[in-house]
This record gives sequence, C-alpha cells and structure tokens, in this order.
Amino acid sequence: MGDWRTITVPIPSSESKNISQFTSEANMSPSSLYSQQILCASLPLAKNVHNFFRAFCTEENVDQSISYLDQELTTLGFPSLYEESKGKEVKRDLNIVAVLNCIHELLVLHRKNLLAQENVESQNLKLGSDMDHLQNCYSKLKVQKLQNIISSRATQYNHDMKRKEREYNKLKERLHQLVMNKKDKKTAMDILNCVGRADGKRGAWRTGKTEARNEEEMYKILLSDYEQRQKQILLENAELKKVLQQMKKEMISLLTPQKQKPKEKAEDSSGTVLSDVEEDTSELSKENMWELSCETVREQLTNSIRKQWRILKSHVEKLDNQVSRVHLRGFKDEEVISRQDHEQETEKLELEIQQCKEMIQTQQQLLQQQFTACDDDTSSLLQDCYLLEEKERLEEEWALFKEQKKNFDKERRSFTEAAIRLGLERQAFEEDRAGWLKQQFLTMTSFDHKNSENGKPQSAFSESSDQDNLTLHSEPSVCTSKITKSLPASPSTSELFQTVQHISENRY
Amino acid sequence: MNFSEVFKLSNQLSKFSPNGKFLASCVQYRLVVRDVSTLQVLQLYTCLDQIQHLEWSADSLFILCAMYKRGLVQVWSLEQPEWHCKIDEGSAGLVASCWSPDGRHILNTTEFHLRITVWSLCTKSVSYIKYPKACQQGISFTKDGRYMALAERRDCKDFISLFVCSDWQLLRHFDTDTQDLAGIEWAPNGCVLAAWDSCLEYKVLLYSLDGRLLSTYSAYEWSLGIKTIAWSPSSQFLAIGSYDEKVRILNHVTWKMITDFGHTTTINNPKIVVYKETEKSQNLEMENLPFPPTKAAASSLFNTESKYEVVSTPVSLQTSKPVTDRPNPKIGIGILAFSPDNCFLATRNDNIPNAVWIWDIQKLKLFVVLEHLSAVRSFQWDPQQARLAMCTGRSQVYLWSRAGCVAVQVPVEGDFQVLSLCWHLSGESMALLSKDQLCLCYLENEGVK
Repeated sequence: MGDWRTITVPIPSSESKNISQFTSEANMSPSSLYSQQILCASLPLAKNVHNFFRAFCTEENVDQSISYLDQELTTLGFPSLYEESKGKEVKRDLNIVAVLNCIHELLVLHRKNLLAQENVESQNLKLGSDMDHLQNCYSKLKVQKLQNIISSRATQYNHDMKRKEREYNKLKERLHQLVMNKKDKKTAMDILNCVGRADGKRGAWRTGKTEARNEEEMYKILLSDYEQRQKQILLENAELKKVLQQMKKEMISLLTPQKQKPKEKAEDSSGTVLSDVEEDTSELSKENMWELSCETVREQLTNSIRKQWRILKSHVEKLDNQVSRVHLRGFKDEEVISRQDHEQETEKLELEIQQCKEMIQTQQQLLQQQFTACDDDTSSLLQDCYLLEEKERLEEEWALFKEQKKNFDKERRSFTEAAIRLGLERQAFEEDRAGWLKQQFLTMTSFDHKNSENGKPQSAFSESSDQDNLTLHSEPSVCTSKITKSLPASPSTSELFQTVQHISENRY
Repeated sequence: MNFSEVFKLSNQLSKFSPNGKFLASCVQYRLVVRDVSTLQVLQLYTCLDQIQHLEWSADSLFILCAMYKRGLVQVWSLEQPEWHCKIDEGSAGLVASCWSPDGRHILNTTEFHLRITVWSLCTKSVSYIKYPKACQQGISFTKDGRYMALAERRDCKDFISLFVCSDWQLLRHFDTDTQDLAGIEWAPNGCVLAAWDSCLEYKVLLYSLDGRLLSTYSAYEWSLGIKTIAWSPSSQFLAIGSYDEKVRILNHVTWKMITDFGHTTTINNPKIVVYKETEKSQNLEMENLPFPPTKAAASSLFNTESKYEVVSTPVSLQTSKPVTDRPNPKIGIGILAFSPDNCFLATRNDNIPNAVWIWDIQKLKLFVVLEHLSAVRSFQWDPQQARLAMCTGRSQVYLWSRAGCVAVQVPVEGDFQVLSLCWHLSGESMALLSKDQLCLCYLENEGVK
C-alpha cells in the first residue's frame, strides 16, 4: 500500500490552483468527486492524468478511495480489490494482484470502446457521404424526369399543332378557291399609265436562257464573294507569316550572342542556334521560291519557331536562376561560375557516393548469401570466386591508393621543408645583402676600376630565378667585387649563392 | 442641336426618302411630302382611308400607302403628282404590303397569308406566290436588290424560296430543318441567308445563296430561344439575342460562336463606363436649349429635365421581373443593332428595360452602359458614324458617341413624348416621332436650319 503512495507526479505551478481545489474536496465523499471526474473525462487524458491522481485520491483519503473503487468495481462485475478477510478485521488489506488485474481489464475495455467509437465515426462519415451522393442523384433524376416530361409534352403539342395547322390549311384552301372563283372585279389595279422600268430597258420574256443567265449570275456573285474572302485570308496569312519570321529572327539574334558565355551553356544552345541559322537561310531562300503557300514550309516555320521559343525559354529560366543566385550572394562573376562548378562537382561526387554505396550493398548481400545459403557448393564456390576477385581488386586498389597517398605525403613534406628552407635562406640572404651594402658604401671608391671582372660570375647569376635576378642584378659589381675581394674572408657567401642556385634549380 | 417646329402625325408614320431629299409623313388619310432642308410642303396627296403603312420606292420616285382595313394600296408619284395608281385586293384582304427593290413591283400579302400578289407597275401584270409563311420576318431582300428570300410553309413543313427580283424567276426552293421558322435575313454581302426557328427552339440555319446549308447553330435546348438577330454591316458577325439574356456572336468563317455577351444586373468591372440618367432640378442648366428662354421656361415647368451622370462601379441596374405564366415574356434581348463602322453593338435586355448596353466589337467586351429613368423604347445608330440615338418616351432624345453622351430636351410647348426616332441617311438630322407629332432635329455638324 505504501508503494504507490510514494509516486510523486510533477505538477506545473499553473495547475496548482486546480489541485488545491480538488484536494480540498477530497475529504468529502468520493461520489462528488466522481461527477467532477466525469467533467474532466472529456478533456485530453494526458493533461489531466496528474489532476486525476491528485484530484480523486490524496494521502488523506486513501482508505476511502479504495473502498469507493472497490464498491464501483464490484458493482461493475470485477472482483474485489481487497484480500479475503482473515477473520473479522475491520481494516482489510489491498489485494494488489486484484488491483492490477482490474486495471488491466479496464484498459482492455477502454481500448475496445475506442475502437468501437472509431468504427461508429467512420460509419457515420460513410453514411453522410452516401446521403450526399444520393441527394445529388436524386436531384439529377428529378431534372431528367422533368426534361422527359417536357419533351413528351412538346411532342404532344407539336402533334396537336400540326393537326390544327392542317385543318387551318384546308380552310385556307377553301377560302382561296372561293376568292379566286368569285372573279372579283374589284381585285384589280387601276393605274393611270404604265410606268417605265427603273433601268429604262424593256422587260424580257422568261425563257430558259434567262433562267440559265440567272443561275450564272448567282454563281458569279458567290464566286466573287469567295474570292474576296480568300484574298483577305491570304493577306492575313502573309502578314502572320511575316510576323512569325520576324519573331524567329529576333529570337535567333537574342540567342546567338551567348557564345561568349561559359562553355557548358554555350555548347548546347549555340550549337542548335547555329544549326538553326543555317536551316533558316536555306528555308528563306526556299520560301521565296514557293511563295509561302506550301504545307511543308508552313510546318517547318512553325516547328522552328517552337524550337527557338523553347531555347529562349530555357535560356530565360537559366538567367532567372543566375539572377536569383547572384542576388542572394553578391555580384561577382567568378564566384558564380566557380559555384556552378562546385555544384556540378558536388553532384558528381554525390553520384559517385551513391554508386559506391550501391556497390557496397550488393557486396554485402553477396557476402550474406555466401554465409547463410550454402546449400549449393557450386554456387558458393562461384560466390567465393567473385568475392576473391573483388577482394583482390580491392586490395590492389588499396595498395595503389596507399602508395599514392604516401607519395603525396612525401611531396607535401618536401615542399614544406623546401619552403621553410627557402624562407630561412632568404632571411639570411637579406641580412647578408644588408651587410654588403654597408661594406660597399665603405669601400666604394677603392674598387671602381675592378668592375671589368664581372663576366663569369654574372653568367651564373643570370641562370638564377627572376626574383633573385632582380635583387642580384642591382649589385653585380658589388657582389663580384665582394667575391674577388672577400672570397677568402667569407666562404659562406659563395656557399649561399650555390645553395640559392640549387634551390632555384629545385624549384623548376 | 436645332429643333424644327412640330408637325402633326398619325400612326408614327414618317419616313425619309432613300435619297435623303424628302420627308413623307401621314396625317390621318393625307400624305404630306416635305423637303428635308426647308421643311416646306412639296406635295400633298389624299388617300381613300387611314393609312397604315407608308413606304418609299428605292429610287425615291414613288410612295406606297397601304390601307389594310379597306384592302387598298395607293401609289403616288413625286415627279408627276397627277399620276395615280390604286391596287385593290378585294375580298382577299391585305395584311402587308411592300416594294420590290427595283421600285416597280408591289408585293401584297393577302389576309390569312393565303398568297402574295406581285403587282407590276410596268406591265400591269399580276403573279401569285402561294403558301407564304405568317411569321415575324418572312420576306428578305438582298442589299443590292437582286434576290428575294421568302419563307413558305406547306404541309406543316417550312421551306425557303429564292427569287430573282428582275424577272421573278424561282431560283432555289429548299426545305429547312426548323419546327416553326420565325424569320429570315440576308447578310449584307448578299451571299448568306440566316434563318431562325421560333422561340420554342433555339436554332439558326445558315444557307448560301445557291441554297446549300452552310451551318447550323444551336446554343441550348428546352428554354426559350432566339428573340432577335442582327448581321454586322461587314457580314463578318451574326449576333443572336436570346431569351436567356445573352447575345451570342457567330463568325462568318466557321459559323461558330466566338463569344457571348451576358447582361447581368450588376456591373462590377471598373473599366466599364456607366452613365445614369438623373433628374436635374428645375430652373437650372438652360444652356442646352437653343430656343429663346421663354419657351424653354414654359416647357421646363411641365417636363423635368434630366442629364447623364457618370456612376462608378459597382452599379446595380433596375430590373423588372417578367410575368412567367404569360407568353412572350419581357425577358431576353429585345433589340440588337450594329454600328455602321462595325465597331459597336447596342443591345437592350428586356428585363433591364431602362438600360442600353454598348459592346465594343473589336475587343469583344462591354464598353458602356447607359441607364435611363424610363424604359428604352427604341434606339438607332447614325448611318454614317458610331453615334447612337435613343428615346425612352420622355421628351428628350439621348445621344451617345465615343466622345460622350448627352440628353437633349425637345423644346416644344407642352409634352412631346419621343416614342421612336429615325435618322436621316446623311446622319445630319433625325426625325423624332411621338404619338401624334413629328419634330425634326438637326445636329450641329452642318449648317443650321
């Protein structure tokens, strides 16, 4: 009993008020708490678990809570929570096993209820959608029904109308007969004198010739109308074709200056552009001959326009991308290019990684197969062979790689050493130079006439590197004189020169 | 704008001659012919009965006066006033009468549409055409006057006959696939004939001059169909106004619909200019009136003047709900008219009766809406330019052009309700017709009266 009492649940301070409220009521009968718990039951379980733990049962009302829970559970059919009383003790011990079982049962029940709830909800949704669907169908059916009614009524009305009309026609005929038969003298034209025709000509008899002429006239009128329309359409066509040609030319001119741009882009676009330009010149000449009326010419034109448009579109898209990138990272042309290079490199490397991964995976699989499925000797042998082959190859490559690595390391080391040496030597040289300059100043007047002995050492100097040349050439006379004069005095300088030469040779 | 004095008129019968020199008007049983520029009475003819229909011949030499009650047609000559001609249909009766394009034949439709009698003024001969159809527009002449199309009905089936007007030879005769042919109309180029079915079925048939069926168009079925049709002056478009408050435009190349114009009750697009007629308070804004102020003051007491105001979108137009259980409901596109330069189409939707919609044909979009205080009775384009004159039954005439619009009061004593109007062919003047009065209106472009 004491075990579960020591469970401490961390409660955030904001909820302390609620808890105090609940705890104050904990001393009352548990039934009142139960109603509150029902209210809380609709809230998310996780949040109020802590509340429940504190709300229902506190350290003070443990016995009461146990007895209450026992009551409730027994009424629901669960076994009692208490152990069987041994003798007539008032206070009974809690049967932990029973408690746990009850909790488990409750959990199971809860889960079942949740499932049932879900099912009910989904069914509800289905029924709702079914309802909607049925309503739609119903309205459609209604409309169809009404339409059918209308059509049947319409046919009926038509039939009635026709009947009435026939009757009416009969009456009209009758009337007409009567009217005509009456020979009404009144039905006449009383005219003073005949009027001449509007065009001044005399009226002609109606003969077969006139009929033919009329037909001819009619067809002439129709033909002229069609011709006129055709002319208009031809004009329109010609204009549209001109516009398209212009558009094409402009598009080509827009795209050709891209030759100066980086190679990768220029390769695909300019190649096609060039080919198009060639095509177009031939097309133009063709068109001039055929007068823009051929079907194939039209198709060619539209196809080339489409192609150009596609190229232009892709170019514009590329430009857009470039602009957006440049805009983000500052306006430096080289950076852009190098970044593109970089990205391409990364893509390549990623591809390589992918391939290597796949290879490793397949090898892994093969290994697995080899270890697990050894039923067939031949297959295992084969696998062994493959593996060996792979292993050998790998080993070779590893050896190569290691060698290369060693070489690279060596070279790196030598370079660094050389660089260090060079640095040191340069320093020393500079110091010496400073010393020489000083001496030269001191012995300048006395060694003027010995300038002619410069030939040999100078040639040695000319072989040295450019930098050294610059510094050395400025005082060839001084150096030679120094050598001739101070050779026995300072052998280190000659050594210096030799090492400088050596270094320069090494460098190249 | 100058207004002439008011003349008496009956039956709203007043027509300009085709050559634009004369104006004929009817007063009871008298026919008065005036000179257009001076409005002096040139001729005065007396007919035997009240005139119901008045028509000039194409060469402006003769005038036809039809009296349906008596079954009489009288023809008068301008050159020879003493010449007379009387055609009596007798017991056959008369329901309609019209000239042939050559101005020498008269086509009379007898009662019950029994037959059409063709009377020749040159030879005094008579010919008969049987089984003409009693419909909205059964006869149509081509613009050059060469051919006539006639709707016929035999044995409960519709036919169309094409005649050569010069010798009345039957050129073609073919049946049409319509339930009840309601009308036919030639395209202005004279090569295509449009035929449409009654409003119970939406169907338009297009025939070539030689009688071949070029195409059929039907937008929908079951609902009430076509109400009006109009060809554009270049014959490029055919506008079909229907009861579903839409105008559909067909093109002459494929005879398929290229667009439809819907007439909604609210206009939301801010690019559309909406003019609304609003009443001015009296005793203000006399500058529109050219007459001395005394007359204007007198008229302004009786008539409330109004002017156009530009209203910003969204605008909601006044609608009138049609009675659904009566036939021929006042719904749908009742009037359609193309401007002579082919640039605009003016329409009226009968259940938004106060508004005139002007559509830009070059862009196929709504351009301008003009809303008035009363229902629009009629409108007509200036024959020479894109200028629209409208009347609503008030004593004002409304003009719209690309430059703007104006509402002009007709400065007459008393009430002059403009019920219809008619342009002179030069576009310089206009005849305004009320129930029993006629007034000429001269527009400022040319010299003053």
